[in-house]
Parts: sequence; C-alpha cells; structure tokens
Amino acid sequence: MGIGASEAAAEDWPAAIFDILKASDVRQVAYVPDAGHSALIKAAQADPGMNATVLTTEEEGIGYLLGAWLGGQRGVLLMQSSGVGNCINTLALQSCCRFPLLMLVTMRGDWAEFNPWQNPMGQATEASLRLMGIRTWRADVPADVAPLVQGAADMAFNGDGGTAVLLGQRLIGKKEWTK
Amino acid sequence: MSALERRQVVAELLRDRPADLLVVTGLGSPSYDTMAAGDDDRNFYLWAAMGSAATVGLGLALAQPDRRVLVVTGDGELLMGMGALATIGVKQPRNLTIAVLDNSRYGETGMQESHTAAGVRLEQVAKACGFPHVLRVSEMSGLGTVKAAISARSGPTCAVIEIAAENPPRVLPPRDGVHLKNRFRAALGFPTL
Repeated sequence: MGIGASEAAAEDWPAAIFDILKASDVRQVAYVPDAGHSALIKAAQADPGMNATVLTTEEEGIGYLLGAWLGGQRGVLLMQSSGVGNCINTLALQSCCRFPLLMLVTMRGDWAEFNPWQNPMGQATEASLRLMGIRTWRADVPADVAPLVQGAADMAFNGDGGTAVLLGQRLIGKKEWTK
Repeated sequence: MSALERRQVVAELLRDRPADLLVVTGLGSPSYDTMAAGDDDRNFYLWAAMGSAATVGLGLALAQPDRRVLVVTGDGELLMGMGALATIGVKQPRNLTIAVLDNSRYGETGMQESHTAAGVRLEQVAKACGFPHVLRVSEMSGLGTVKAAISARSGPTCAVIEIAAENPPRVLPPRDGVHLKNRFRAALGFPTL
C-alpha cells in the first residue's frame, strides 16, 4: 500500500473504527445520534451481527452496556461531548463493577465552535471523564483515530477498563450553520 | 393505596423461580426485598446509578434472549430513568419484565412523596412507549398474572404493583460490584477476568 492509499484509509476513520469494533467482537452499539458518528451508526445498523440501540440520554448506555456484559456481550457507547455530562453519576457502575466500557465521543465546543453554549461542557469533557476514572485519549487528525481506538478497545476488553476516545472538532470538521 | 407488603410481593414473584430467570434490582429497598427473598448468583443488585435498573435489564435481555430477565425496582428509581421505557419500547425485548414496587414514596430518604402520589401512572407511560403488556396490581392474587407474563416471553412487560409505604428492616446484599458481576457471569457460564 502506497502512502497515498494509507492516507486515504486513514481519512475514512469511521470505517476504521467500525473494523476495530468488528474485530473486537462488539455486539452492542448504544448511541445518541451525532453527525460525527452518523457513518458509524449506519454501519452498525446495517450489520446483522450488531445490535444498534438508540438511547434517549447517554447515561442509559452505561447501564445498558453493564447489562450486556453481564449477559456475555461486548459493546460500545457513541455520543457527543455534551452527553458525557449526562453520564457522570452512572459511571460509578464502571468504577464499582469494573466492566469493559468503551466510549467514543465526538467533540463540540473545543475548536471553531459556532455555538458558545456548547463550550462549557465541551471544555469540561476530558476532565470530567478523568475525574470519574475513565482513561481518555483524543484524536485530532485522521491518522490517530485507529491506533487510539484500538488501544482503548484493548484496555477496555482485555482489562475490564473504562476508556474513552475523544474525536476532536479538527478531525470532524466545522459544523456548517449557513445551509 | 393498597397495603400489599413489599417483602411478600417480591417473595411471591420469586417463588418457584425458573432456572433461567435473571434478576436486576434497583438501588434501595427493592435490592433489600430481593435479598430477603433469598440471595442468588443470578441476582444483580444495584447500589448506585439511580435510574439505571431498567437499562441494565435491557442490555442483559438483549444479550441473553433465551433467558428471562426481571427488573425489580421502585417508582422513584424508574422515574429517574423514565426515558429507558422509550428505549425499551423501541427494542421490544421479548424476555424483559419490569416490576415496579410503587409506594408513591422515596422510602430510603424519609418517605417523601414521589410523582406517582400525584397520579403519574408508570404503566401508562410504558404503554405509551409501546410495551405490549402493562399491568397494575393491587392484590396478591394479581401477582400470578405478572409471573405468567415473565414466563410468556411475549414482549416487554411493565407491572406496577401497589405496595404499602413501609420500611421493613434492611437485608443488605453484597456491596462489592466486582463480586456481584463475577458471580453473575459465572452462573451464566462466562469467564471472569
């Protein structure tokens, strides 16, 4: 594979995430929709080996994935950074029960944000996760996505850990407000 | 409000328990009630994350479609995670029953009235969310219908059981979450880390 092809593969980072989830035997994909996760959500919905579940609020996903793990299945939780704030209290489940919890968080309020009301939670997202004991990394360029998600998945599923990868706004691109 | 005794209700729900019945309990009195009925490796007691009992039950029911899952929780606990009823309504797990012990009170914190005291009907919320089976039970004889629904596995069930506002002596389940997780998974034949 040439450099050009490698870069092209990295650019399709949602596909790279999906491949990692499949290789990790993730069966449950719980999500609150976000534009940055739309390709991944579509791929999960289309995969007969995955159960894609839309939540009314992100905190449902913590209990949901604990229940799935009690029942023998691995999962992932997809959300936007604002949803991290909704999860705080329920993250006690991961701390107390030590079950595999992989969270993929698309960022708002961290770069080129048009809506200032997104900024408080966006700026507090990483610190909030760390405060609750979730090991957290962030990807701002496409080439970082796959290795960080792979590492986070490994530490969740091989170590019963709570991990999160933040997908920055520089990676996802500015939200267009003029359409 | 009826005077059903919560300990009797839970003991009856779990009497002659099928081998494939997995139980998740909401924090506080429902955990104590379930413990009082007899500890079991197939019980998962929540001690925190109020509002999460139904979602733990949902994840478990979807991962274990061939077993039956019963969530035993209270009105206050379910009110905190009421959106979960909508999420369950979307997924329609055939094997999930939510039994709500409704005393219209927050029993753990001083018996303050909950929303159900003012007339919120949680089984009607479940019905509006697409639960095919909803029940309101005010007599012990009505529990047979709940047990039949658990066994039937014909779609998610929400049973609101009217109980007396009382605080029986606490019967504390184990509090080590890792222990509870590992013994539950072991009972299902899964490895632990």
